[in-house]
Amino acid sequence: MLTLADIQPSQLATIQEIDGDDAIAIRLMEMGLTEGEQVKVVGRAVLGDPIEISVRGYKLSLRRSEAARIRVEAPRSP
Amino acid sequence: MQATSRPLSASPPAKLTVALVGNPNTGKSTLFSALCGVPARIGNYPGVTVEKKLGKYRDPQGEVTLVDLPGTYSLSARTLDEMVSVDVLLGRRADVPSIDVIVVIVDATNLERNLYLFTQLRQLGKPLVLVLNMWDRVRAHGPAIDTQLLSQRLGTPVVTVAANRREGVAEVKQAVREAATAVPSEPPALFAEEVQREVARLRTWLSEQAALELQPFLVERLLLDVGGAHATILARRAGLQDLETQLQAARLRLAEAGQRVPGIETKQRYHWIRHQLDGTVERNGDAEQTTVSDRIDHLLTHQIWGLAIFAAVMFVVFQAITWGTDWAMGLISDGLQPWLTRVVESLLAPGTLRSLINDGVIAGVGSVIVFLPQILMLFFFIGLLEDCGYMARAAFVMDKLMTKLGLSGKSFLPLMSSFACAVPGIMATRVIENRSDRMVTILVAPLMSCSARLPVYILLIYTFVPEIAWLGGWIGLRGLVLFGMHLVGLIVAIPIAWLLKRFFFAGDVAPFVMELPSYKLPSPRVVLYRVWERAEAFLTRAGTLIFCTAILVWAAGYFPGDHSRQHEIDRLLEADTVASREQVEQLQSELRQLNSTLIEQSYLGRAGHTIEPVVKPLGWDWRIGVGVIAAFPAREVIIATLGTIYSLGGDVSEEDESLREAIQRSRWPDGRPVYTLPVAFSILVFFALCAQCAATLMVIKRETNSWWWPTFTFVYMTALAYVAALLTYQISSRFL
Repeated sequence: MLTLADIQPSQLATIQEIDGDDAIAIRLMEMGLTEGEQVKVVGRAVLGDPIEISVRGYKLSLRRSEAARIRVEAPRSP
Repeated sequence: MQATSRPLSASPPAKLTVALVGNPNTGKSTLFSALCGVPARIGNYPGVTVEKKLGKYRDPQGEVTLVDLPGTYSLSARTLDEMVSVDVLLGRRADVPSIDVIVVIVDATNLERNLYLFTQLRQLGKPLVLVLNMWDRVRAHGPAIDTQLLSQRLGTPVVTVAANRREGVAEVKQAVREAATAVPSEPPALFAEEVQREVARLRTWLSEQAALELQPFLVERLLLDVGGAHATILARRAGLQDLETQLQAARLRLAEAGQRVPGIETKQRYHWIRHQLDGTVERNGDAEQTTVSDRIDHLLTHQIWGLAIFAAVMFVVFQAITWGTDWAMGLISDGLQPWLTRVVESLLAPGTLRSLINDGVIAGVGSVIVFLPQILMLFFFIGLLEDCGYMARAAFVMDKLMTKLGLSGKSFLPLMSSFACAVPGIMATRVIENRSDRMVTILVAPLMSCSARLPVYILLIYTFVPEIAWLGGWIGLRGLVLFGMHLVGLIVAIPIAWLLKRFFFAGDVAPFVMELPSYKLPSPRVVLYRVWERAEAFLTRAGTLIFCTAILVWAAGYFPGDHSRQHEIDRLLEADTVASREQVEQLQSELRQLNSTLIEQSYLGRAGHTIEPVVKPLGWDWRIGVGVIAAFPAREVIIATLGTIYSLGGDVSEEDESLREAIQRSRWPDGRPVYTLPVAFSILVFFALCAQCAATLMVIKRETNSWWWPTFTFVYMTALAYVAALLTYQISSRFL
């Protein structure tokens, strides 16, 4: 089961689903991380946490633990 | 109560109430000031920490009241604070008039996500005006947007604006007026039949159970907001105890029908948005391209380089404060001050009034104003870093570290701002949604060594630290120690934050989902305006609080006491009628003697001697003790106070030899020097950690809506400062 946390910088991935119904999950969806959406991992901070991604034309940062809740489809490299 | 649209009216009302809403980072505040100038702050909405920000502007047809609502990504309210915006928009708050028009501001370079909020606002049934801000960037770098088509598709008037350049502001005012009299178009049905049925069902239930008629928008929110604040509040009403059960049942039915809440809302809205934008915005292959911005980010947020670059940037900023500001300071302390003093001396004979002006005002307040250049340098750099977008990356890099403390990277910016001044820093904590994080950040912010501490640091560092430099003068020992002093507050803040989080504000670490604004060249207008704002605030503070305190200090140091002989000597010396050089010197030494005796006998002196036992363990004498106490309303006052106490007329700044000399010459009754290195350190440490700022305490009171927290801050910081200074003195005097 692949999550966004497993994706390497410069790789693309398509979102399948976000685990959970809590505030974090809702927030991620409101920020545009919805089913079928394509995102790109731009970079990661020390120890891979937090992660910076590119989605819907803007940049978002999130923690590894938050990214781990986003299930994705196998990545493609650009 | 139905949310009805405004009927077509032949004579539109002169007064309108307009709400300003938008995502964070869209330039909303800039638009607000462009429209209204300085807002009339009326404090917070009762019971929450949301600031009530209202302003007024005039247009050809009359007056408009603008309500600035906090930047948000969605109207889904999970906390009491978030409820405020929704309630204001629905007209459910008695303290805000009903909203006639809603102005939605979006970042034109980032339409998709920004429009999410728009789709929610659309459902309120009020006239909307969509403002595409950052239009100057769109013109320069694209993407190409067909605003006509966009307006048609969205069913809303569209205005393009570059708020930072004041472009498009008049058009916004016009669009608002037109919208006020127009009938807003019917919002699209975003949700499937099943959802609408459940909403209707819920409405009926509410009506039956508690005779409650809620606006359709609110009923829909109850259904869609899992764990929402509105539901929690309503469930307390008589007859509605089963609300949660009803909602869960409804959601279950929807899930079975393939319309799972909450995911269905985001899915439908974004689907609609993408569909509407198709053809209106030139798609530039988004996720696929690696832009320049991406490449910069890759470096700045890199595992190791990111952190190193950040440390380097901080180091440079603090060194920069010591470069090139000397000449500006010299202008004030060696030019302006002595000139003013001479003018006064030429106009007034030696006496009480002259002493008040020269020793009290010019020496006192003037010595504080000398630091303006350095403070402005600091604000300039921080403004530069913020405006170009770097600060968000710094927060990103620091997040991991801050998480260990129980905070999050979002606390970073407010804490960083607090290095310049805690007042705007604490106000910046509004972006932290998590209440415990926000509280801890507020309580720790005053520990960040602010610009008001600079005068004290510089006075002591320049007096006691030798002027050693490396690398051809670019890196100096003094700059290094200055940097070190700023670290003191930071290092102490770490265990304090941890303790606060553990014992007072235990809670989950907040999510760190944060937008990283795109890089841009810092706008000179914005940065310089910020520096100007700061200079104005500083001078106002100097002109009011510090001025009054300086006069009080002067009075306490002048009275009671017979100054007649003192003034007589002054007159003699000035008239220049004294015969020999010897006699002049004799008179001068008598004068100095008189000065110090008079001061010791004054109220100030007596108070000082009373507290001496308390401050002696810190290595301080009564003068330092009095100076520190007088500095409680505003830290800079200590320089003014010391200047007055050492009875130096005229020039008294930490750059001027006289005060520094006086400090070096100062002796205890038994002949030991008062200011030794351990003493200097203990004073430095005390100032680094003590809460000596009435303005900060006031802001804490405002932001937390209680008197308890500023009191707590004052007590814990003063105690901390005392103990730390004590330890510093006792330990360092063993070694130095």
